[in-house]
Amino acid sequence: MLDPAHYAIWVVVFLAELFSLICLLRRRAYSQHIAFVLYLCACIGTDVASYFFLRHSGFESDAYYYFYYYSQSLLTICLYFVLMNLYAQVFSEMGVGNHLRAGAMLLLGGTAGISYYLVATSSDRLVTHFVAEVGQNLYFVGVLLTYALWGVIAKVRENRTRLVQLVLSMGVYVSLSAGGYAMINLYPTHHFWEYFLPLTSVWLPASWAYTFLKVPEDARLATARVLAPTP
Amino acid sequence: MIAALILAISTLTLLQFFVSYSRSLIAASQEHVLSEQAAEVCGFTARTAAGEHFGRLLQLISLCPEPGGDSAEIRVVALYFQLLGVARILLRWAFPSAARWIEAERGGCAYAAAVVLDRRIAYSRMIMAEQTNR
Repeated sequence: MLDPAHYAIWVVVFLAELFSLICLLRRRAYSQHIAFVLYLCACIGTDVASYFFLRHSGFESDAYYYFYYYSQSLLTICLYFVLMNLYAQVFSEMGVGNHLRAGAMLLLGGTAGISYYLVATSSDRLVTHFVAEVGQNLYFVGVLLTYALWGVIAKVRENRTRLVQLVLSMGVYVSLSAGGYAMINLYPTHHFWEYFLPLTSVWLPASWAYTFLKVPEDARLATARVLAPTP
Repeated sequence: MIAALILAISTLTLLQFFVSYSRSLIAASQEHVLSEQAAEVCGFTARTAAGEHFGRLLQLISLCPEPGGDSAEIRVVALYFQLLGVARILLRWAFPSAARWIEAERGGCAYAAAVVLDRRIAYSRMIMAEQTNR
């Protein structure tokens, strides 16, 4: 059975995703950020499906366990498309978008393949452990890709406030998730992770909602103020 | 081993991304010029804002009605302010030169809070004006 804290987290995450989607659509930012819309729709769909799994199979069931972790892996892959969208915006004037997309997809496929190989060849581990391992690795590749993108933004002195905040909020989320999955792998029996990982899902839609609601499209920011101490 | 390494690297990147994100919020608020009413209530300008004002500003913010969307911003800035407080204690002995930078950052947090307060004061006045007109 779910306790009230689980239900509260589910409701908060669901409302944050819905609110973020509404903000994106109301600001008419969907044409430029179509990957964001798709990701939020996928999140909302997953939340609704997970609610039905919880109602019919229960929190302790294998069905819910498999659904939760595999849907999270699929959402992580959707998150890569969001990341590619951010890369495309940063590199929009250089015309290297196709190369970037191909490279990211290769990296994504390679990470999933290596994760599966590592788990499949370990006879002392269950195959179901693959989901926690792949989650950790996918998010960690996300950390590296976001860090590389942040490095590029710092180098080219990108000054679009919206873009800078979207990249940084993505960095916070993937770091938090990669760390969370790593903790699950280190301490798999600890019950704290039942609350921690779902709770981290609030960050991304909440920060996106803030950015699309409060930061105008034409707002500009001195990148130096974000990077270096104010004199 | 790999999980521990990923945890360590993720913690460092989380810290860096969070600090940069908070600084982007503060930098965006630096361009806002406080209204006369807000400057009077706060008692400082962008140049003279200090960390010691932050707590009082948070209390004042909580008294004003929320125009929508800025409570998340102030929560992030408050978390960054607390992080700076921890850094100030930890770095006091190791890097005394960092104290000046930390104090400037805390002042930036206070100014960002003042900007939120300014927006809320303007919102309150707008509500009052609407009710008076009815």
